[in-house]
Amino acid sequence: MQSQLPLYPPEASNFAPHVDSLMVFITTISFLFASAITVAIVYFFFKFHRQQPNAVGVPIYGDMRLEYAWIIVPLILALGMFSWGAVVYVDYRHNPPDTLDIYLIGKQWMWKVQQPNGLKEINELHVPVGRNVRLTLASEDVIHDFFVPAFRVKMDVVPGHYNTMWFRPTKPGRYHFFCSQYCGTNHAIMGGWVTVMEPTDYAAWLSGSSGAEANPVAAGEKLFVERACVTCHVANGTGRAPSLNGVYGAQVLLADGTTVAADDAYIRESILEPNAKIVAGYQPLMPTFQGQLTEEQILALIAYIRSLESQPVPEKGAGIAPSARK
Amino acid sequence: MPRDHYLNASYGIRSWLLTTDHKRIALLYLISVTFFFFIGGIFATMIRIHLLTPAGALVTPETYNKLFTMHGVAMIFFFLIPSIPAVLGNFLIPPMIGAKDLAFPKINLLSWYIYIIGGCFVLYSFSTGGLDTGWTFYTPLSSIYSNSAVTPAVLGIFINGFSSILTGLNFIVTIHTMRAPGMTWFRLPLFAWAHYATSLVMILGTPVVAITLLLAGLERMFHLGFFNPAMGGDPILFQHLFWFYSHPAVYIMILPSMGVVSEIIPTFARKPIFGYHFIAASSIAIAVIGFLVWAHHMFVTGESTYAALAFSFLSYLVAIPSAVKVFNWTASLYKGSISWDAPMLYALGFIGLFTIGGLTGLFLACLGLDIHIHDTYFVIAHFHYIMVGGAVMGYVGGLHYWWPKITGKLYPEALSRFAAIVLFIGFNLTFFPQFILGYLGMPRRYHSYPPEFQVLNVLSTAGASVLALGYLLPMAYLTWSMRYGKVAGPNPWPATGLEWKTDSPPPAENFHVTPVVDWEPYDYRNRPDLGLVAGASLTPAHGDD
Repeated sequence: MQSQLPLYPPEASNFAPHVDSLMVFITTISFLFASAITVAIVYFFFKFHRQQPNAVGVPIYGDMRLEYAWIIVPLILALGMFSWGAVVYVDYRHNPPDTLDIYLIGKQWMWKVQQPNGLKEINELHVPVGRNVRLTLASEDVIHDFFVPAFRVKMDVVPGHYNTMWFRPTKPGRYHFFCSQYCGTNHAIMGGWVTVMEPTDYAAWLSGSSGAEANPVAAGEKLFVERACVTCHVANGTGRAPSLNGVYGAQVLLADGTTVAADDAYIRESILEPNAKIVAGYQPLMPTFQGQLTEEQILALIAYIRSLESQPVPEKGAGIAPSARK
Repeated sequence: MPRDHYLNASYGIRSWLLTTDHKRIALLYLISVTFFFFIGGIFATMIRIHLLTPAGALVTPETYNKLFTMHGVAMIFFFLIPSIPAVLGNFLIPPMIGAKDLAFPKINLLSWYIYIIGGCFVLYSFSTGGLDTGWTFYTPLSSIYSNSAVTPAVLGIFINGFSSILTGLNFIVTIHTMRAPGMTWFRLPLFAWAHYATSLVMILGTPVVAITLLLAGLERMFHLGFFNPAMGGDPILFQHLFWFYSHPAVYIMILPSMGVVSEIIPTFARKPIFGYHFIAASSIAIAVIGFLVWAHHMFVTGESTYAALAFSFLSYLVAIPSAVKVFNWTASLYKGSISWDAPMLYALGFIGLFTIGGLTGLFLACLGLDIHIHDTYFVIAHFHYIMVGGAVMGYVGGLHYWWPKITGKLYPEALSRFAAIVLFIGFNLTFFPQFILGYLGMPRRYHSYPPEFQVLNVLSTAGASVLALGYLLPMAYLTWSMRYGKVAGPNPWPATGLEWKTDSPPPAENFHVTPVVDWEPYDYRNRPDLGLVAGASLTPAHGDD
């Protein structure tokens, strides 16, 4: 039950209780520290108030034991805060396996959401309670930031690369989300609502309204043909570029002998900056698609490439490292 | 009043605009930074009035975005950074160390002119369309997408940077080479130590931000691809370069203020400062470690976890020397002979507000907590506690402390104490509610907000009207005192610093005879010239020196 003037937002994700405990811990130490200083100053202020106009104070030049004490004690407390904060942060940054993957695109001044089945939402985000949700964030223009106070999560949406974040909603309800990185004129109204639903409601909602929506895999496949990707990336491995079957999520062997995990960011980079990482055994022939695809189209292509995950990998001309073969 | 002093040494507008006297240049700076404080203050007033209602009470979204941007640019680059160094530092460092002027008097005047030229560029930007990028100028918003007058503003800040660099250079050379006989490094006033540390930051940091803003300006003018991802640039690179200066810039604002407080406390407690060497060394430590924490502004940009861990750790380290200062100041009050004069009230107010500002920095340095409070009103409250509660409180306190030296006149005692208390209360009423707003999740730079945030916003605006009174009162009575105030005499408090050994106002050459220093700093024991009576015990306790 929240009062009329709450001191903290609702706790509706796995992170919220940890962050609030951390807040209480640091507030308590800070309060004790500030109180000690205040009491000392106020006490000295009255106790040692000048009685005679010409009086001077007692000359005390310092005390090494005190100096060491008030260096070491705050240092230990500070390291405690650092360590606890670091543990929580690592949890934020470590995506758990088996997530529900949702894509978010920020643009001046709206949010486009793409659910796993391709369902599109604008300034609304529906998620099931109790499920680990991973958001992949992309920007069409300037830097934005996706912030859900009730979840205690926030991540910048940076043009030019993908950021990801995850959370597990713990309480059904509707919660504000905001853009919290200043992005121009209507920054303050670039927000919306997260709706946390029971899993069955979420499944029903997802299937109930998806009929009219474009399927991102189909859209990606169409682009794959239209933009002539298919002429080189031949599925059976006979093309001038590696087959993309089974690539998504696997290890790719590069010309310099290193391997890289084929995640969303790698695929996006390979589309926009093809020469950044060359697959072993292939020439840097692919032209850049920088400025020719919208973030949504890139997401569709990624969705299509992801759908090839379970396709048979050819013996020759595969994109993935030999040891990564399934 | 003495018959001849720097104010009546010559007359006419030329004698001011072509002066090389550091004291007159300080007054030129006093007038110009007050002008920018006033401009920035008007913007702040409009911001607080606008936020009275959730939909925004006063202006359009475009105008609101310009108001907070111009408030930040005017206050940070043209008021806070130059305020204490260029006004009080300029006026006081030479007499404090027994010098006739700074090492390079003409360069000192040049730095004021550069400041004015930079200021004109920025005012041109404000008056021809304004500026709506935020004072942080994040790319690609500033370099590609903004439709406001970004180019003149970044050029103005670029130019103004040279003023800062030259002032820092002047201070460092002066402190190294122009100390009077007997003024050893560890007899330097802590104000001089603080300015030495500040000057290091000015010289090493300012070129980086100047170049960074120039690059953003060039990207805007000539469509180069430094930061624009569509051309292969990296917008995050801008943030690294920007904060490499702009985090240390916080120390440019707060270190001089710490120096002021370190002067006021021994004077009004009439005893040596506790732990002189620790306070001096902590200024240098802050300046050095302050250069290694910049990416704590970027914990949610997607920077690597390892980088975030390192920068969080270093941010906690930089808190320690600040804490050392606070403990030493507090200990200095013990067994003092404490007066309740206005400068002391400002200094104690500074300790209170700076302590809150510093402690809330621990919240933001904490990785797990920063994710939630980053870019919210929590940050706004935190840095106003440091930069207004700390830096400006110290600046106003310093003006009160040295006003009798600068003008030769005293201001009304009771009124000045009242103003100090009004400022302290008004500040807390304005900014404390913003900590709660931030934790509740209100993002910064919002021209409208959900209705549940209204109560705290109204509280904050009400507090701001008290705060405004706290600034207007000193402006009024200090101006009044220049003409009508009682004559101060050379050393009204009395204080131990060398600057108080000369007339008030000082003669053009500062001292009639070059002083020789044979006493330790803040030492009331061996100073019969001050006419004070020793207390019961004059035996020092454990000495650290």
